[in-house]
Formats: sequence, structure tokens, C-alpha cells
Amino acid sequence: MDSFSPEIWQSLGLTIELASVTTVILLIVGTPLAWWLARSKSLWTETVATIIALPLVLPAPVLGFCLLGLLGPKGPGSLLASLWGGRTLAFTFAGIVVGSVLSALPFVVQPIRNAFAAMGDRPLEVAATLRASPLYAFFTVALPLARPGFLTAAVLGFAHTIGTFGVVLMIGGNIPGRTKVLSAFLFDYVQASRWREASWLAGAMVMFAFAVILTLTLIDKYSRRRST
Amino acid sequence: MRHVRHVRTATAGRIEIAFSGSIGSFPLDMQFSVPAKGVTAIFGPSGCGKTTVARCIAGLARLPSGFCAIDGEVWQDNTTFRPPHLRPIGYVFQDASLFPHLSVRRNLLYGVPKPKPTPIAFDEVVELLEIAPLLDRSPSHLSGGERQRVAMGRALLSQPRLLVMDEPLGALDRCAKREILPFVERLPEKLALPMIYIGHDMAEIERLTDYLVMMERGMATAAGPLHVLQSDPTLPLAASREAAVSLDAVVSGYDGRYGLLILRLKGARLLVPAPPLAPGVHQRLRIAASDVSVAREAPRVGSILNVFPARIRACLPLGAAEITLVLALGAGGSGTEILARITRFSFDSLGLKNGMDVFAELKHVSLLSASEPPLQTIASSTPTADPGEASAAA
Repeated sequence: MDSFSPEIWQSLGLTIELASVTTVILLIVGTPLAWWLARSKSLWTETVATIIALPLVLPAPVLGFCLLGLLGPKGPGSLLASLWGGRTLAFTFAGIVVGSVLSALPFVVQPIRNAFAAMGDRPLEVAATLRASPLYAFFTVALPLARPGFLTAAVLGFAHTIGTFGVVLMIGGNIPGRTKVLSAFLFDYVQASRWREASWLAGAMVMFAFAVILTLTLIDKYSRRRST
Repeated sequence: MRHVRHVRTATAGRIEIAFSGSIGSFPLDMQFSVPAKGVTAIFGPSGCGKTTVARCIAGLARLPSGFCAIDGEVWQDNTTFRPPHLRPIGYVFQDASLFPHLSVRRNLLYGVPKPKPTPIAFDEVVELLEIAPLLDRSPSHLSGGERQRVAMGRALLSQPRLLVMDEPLGALDRCAKREILPFVERLPEKLALPMIYIGHDMAEIERLTDYLVMMERGMATAAGPLHVLQSDPTLPLAASREAAVSLDAVVSGYDGRYGLLILRLKGARLLVPAPPLAPGVHQRLRIAASDVSVAREAPRVGSILNVFPARIRACLPLGAAEITLVLALGAGGSGTEILARITRFSFDSLGLKNGMDVFAELKHVSLLSASEPPLQTIASSTPTADPGEASAAA
């Protein structure tokens, strides 16, 4: 273990920070989006759902390259960056957050959308006949009923971001301490033929993925048993 | 093509409904006006659009050219559409639809308005519906009947000015129905709250309702007091095999020697073996057509207690062998109308015809809900299996 550079701890911190910020943003952005997708009768829902699902099938470098154009000094991202005096979002922490949010969005929107769709109209109709305004009904009925969907969404979004590589590498540029996440470290170790460190890191990430999926399955099973 | 309705105005003391248009592929053209008092049933076969009407009243469904005014308050017209949460309505869904993430108590409290005190109190509803032992349970651990009771309580506690029940017994088995029916009967007596009851089972409606709106394929075919429609020869109710009339009689006395309750109807004074009731109390009766026969002359000897002069108002053939008669009780036929079913053979051999004065013999009168529990001062009344329905044969 002593052959690990202190930079790896910095990278671990960065990765967790990235995943946490991304998860929070994903839930804030994903919830209204999932609500609209589940409940709107608009013809646009499937088109929007397809766009959201694109990162599932696109190779990560393709997505990263597209984002590089959007977030770079010549893209709309520079306007956003100029809000806090920056010139570009590319190669910044904000940039990799945007990239991770977009690539993890389908993992978050889908379970929440399913949860909203599964409850149907009835609970909200009941709430309306009990004088609940749509907003009050959303917070007191729809959100609690969709809780298992939110759990799945949060865990998947967090875990996917922990393991992110291609998109972050393209947008972030692998800058230690700023945009260099764990999987990029692993890539560097392999490039440098530091197999021992690479094995440790890969092993830890496999264990993490295993723990996440197991936890998710157990939570799902538990909440399902409680509701029947 | 948009169908233009004539302008309607809201009237105090009435429920005024006019909905037309289509929801999905379903055509609906429904208009009626009933008192905003007592229980009004919307009755019709499954799939005739009853639930759609209830949903339109609640604002859960919207027909653009609709009109809905409750006791002088417009909920919907050409320019207004109040969203459901701004309508003072209580709505009981067929499947109870309790919130699964809340306990029974928190389900009940969900719609309680914040500024207290409220006219319909929590403790009162809990006692009325006997749900005190269920309060801390989760809805998933309740029986179907219990769930429906909680749903009724939840709707009542939102302090509605109109209670709409969409087939509240529809999803229950026979046993649960028997368990819950007395509670439904109690509501209108205990609370001065107009109710709209959606149903397709005449047996429930006979016990519960005062007014009836009959519906078929999206249209209102008749509306009026229940017993008037039941004995209307132009409507299918009188001509059905289960034809009966539901009447509200007034208790006028009790014969303690023989255990007979004396009940007064317009044009008749009935003697029915039953536990005693306080004089002046209203008692719902059901007189089935098959329990009434007719005679040309007053029978001098016989065991039937309730024989009254009556006039034949209409004769409706029922199948090939039977005839249902509409009889107006009282000398000259000035009283309440009931139904009698006789064979066509008897009809011909007695030489009966429309307008003739006869004697109606009531072999059996069922007592439905009583508005007060029976007085227990006078001894020897045999308790029946179902306290809500005391049957009596003479």
C-alpha cells in the first residue's frame, strides 16, 4: 500500500465529491423530468426520454467529445462559466460535474419515472378530493410513494459516477487534484505498468460495485416486503 | 359538433348537474336536478357512465360544456372550473384507495382543515364508524370492509358539503357488504350532509336512498323520489322481477300484548311484528311486489293483518304468466302507491282491470334501517341475525 502516492487519496476525495455533487444535482434535475415523463400526455415525452437515454448506448468518448465542444471556450458552456468569471467549463470541476450528470441521467430518471408511473393517478386524485393542492399532494403523497424509486436512482447515480472514466477524461483532461478521478488513476497505473497498485485499486472498485448492488437489492426486497 | 346547452342557474338547496360531451370514446348526456338533502342514488347498469358523472362532479374529469352547482354554489359552468381540491367534496372511491404509506390515523387526518374546530369531529367519526381499534394500523393490515370504513371517515373529516360515494360496496364480498351497510345507512341520519351514491345494486339503493337518478348509456332516463320511480309504470323498475317499493313510514304506536309495531303510511295503517320504536320515528319499509296480492272483496276471515282498500293504477305484464299491478292505497286510491304481483290467471278470473277498486293484502313487510336504536323497555323481542333488517311476516 505504501507505494500508493498521496495523490490517490486526493483523487479518492475528488471522486467522492464529484459523485455526491452529481447525485444531488441528478435528483434535483431528474425528479421534475421523471414526473413530466411519467405524467404528461405530450407526444414529446418519448423523444425527450430517448435523448436522456442516449448516454446508455453512446461510447463515452463520443459523449465527452460532444460536451467538450459545448462546454469549451467557443460553446455555450463559456457563457455559464462567465457567470463566475471563468472562460470555459472544459477542464474544470464544474465541467466534469456537467458531464457526469448527463451520463448518469438515464440511471436516475428511469427508476423515478417508473415509480411515478406505477402509482397511477389514483393517490393524487384522492389527495385532491381531500383538499390537497397539487404541490402539497406531490410532497405528501407522490414523493413518499416513490421512495423506493428514489433509493434506486440515488444509488445508481452515485455508483455510476464513482466509476466514470471516458467522459470525465475527455472533459476534465486528467488534471491531478482537479479532475483526475479514481478510474483515471487506474488507467495511469496500467500505462506505467504498476500492476500491484492497479490490482489494489481495481479490486477495491470491484468490491465497491458489489456492495452497492447488493445493498440496492436488499433495500428493494425489504421495502417490497413492507408494502405487501 | 358542440352541443349548446340552455343556460342554467345555481339554486340554493339543490344539486344541479348537466354534463354532455364525451370522455374518451364515451358519449355522455346527463342532466338532473335533485334536492341537496338526503341521499340521491345514481343507478344504472355497469358501464353506463355513472362513475364518469361522479368524477365530473368532483372535478376529477372535465367536460368542457358542463354545469355543476351544489346548494347555490357554482363549481362548473361555461366560465368557471374549480379544480377538485377547491371543491368542498368528500369522495369515496370503490376500492377505498387509502394511502399505503400512512397509518389509519394519518389517513383520517390527511384532509382535516387546519383551522379547528371542525363541525365533523375526529372522535365522532371514529365512534360512528367504529374504527378506534384500527387507528394505529397500516392500511395493508385491514379487511376490505374496514378499509372502506376508514375511507368514508377520511372523506367525512375533510368537512365536505357533499359526499359522493362511487360504489363503495362494489369491491366487497357479500359478507363485508352486510358488515358495512349499516354504517353507510347511519351516515345520512347522523350528519346533515347531502350524499350522492353511485350503485348498480337495487337492494342497496332501496335501503339507503331518498332520491333516484336512473341512468342508461350515458343518459339520465328518470329522476325523482325513490318510491315514485319504483312504482312508475313507464319505468323498468316496476316491471322487473325484483320490483318493490321503499317507503318511509311513521311509527304511531306499539301493541305490547302482541309485539306489533303500528306504522302509518298515506292511506294505510300497518301492523308489523317488530321490536318497539318510539312514536314519531321514521322507519324505512320495503314492500316487494311478490308479497302483495289482491282480492275483489274484503276478506272476512284470514291470517293476513295488513289488508287495505286500493285502486289499480296500472297493469304491467311480466313474462307470459304474471302481471304486476300498481296499486294506490286508501279508499279512492288517494294514498301511497305499492306494487302487487299476481298471475295472469288470477287477473282474468277476478276480472281485474285498470281503475278498479280492490283490496291489497300485504303478506310481508320488511323493516329496513331504523333511525333510532330500538327501545329495550318492553320485553320479548327476538333479536334477528341482522339488526339493520327486521323481517316480519303476518
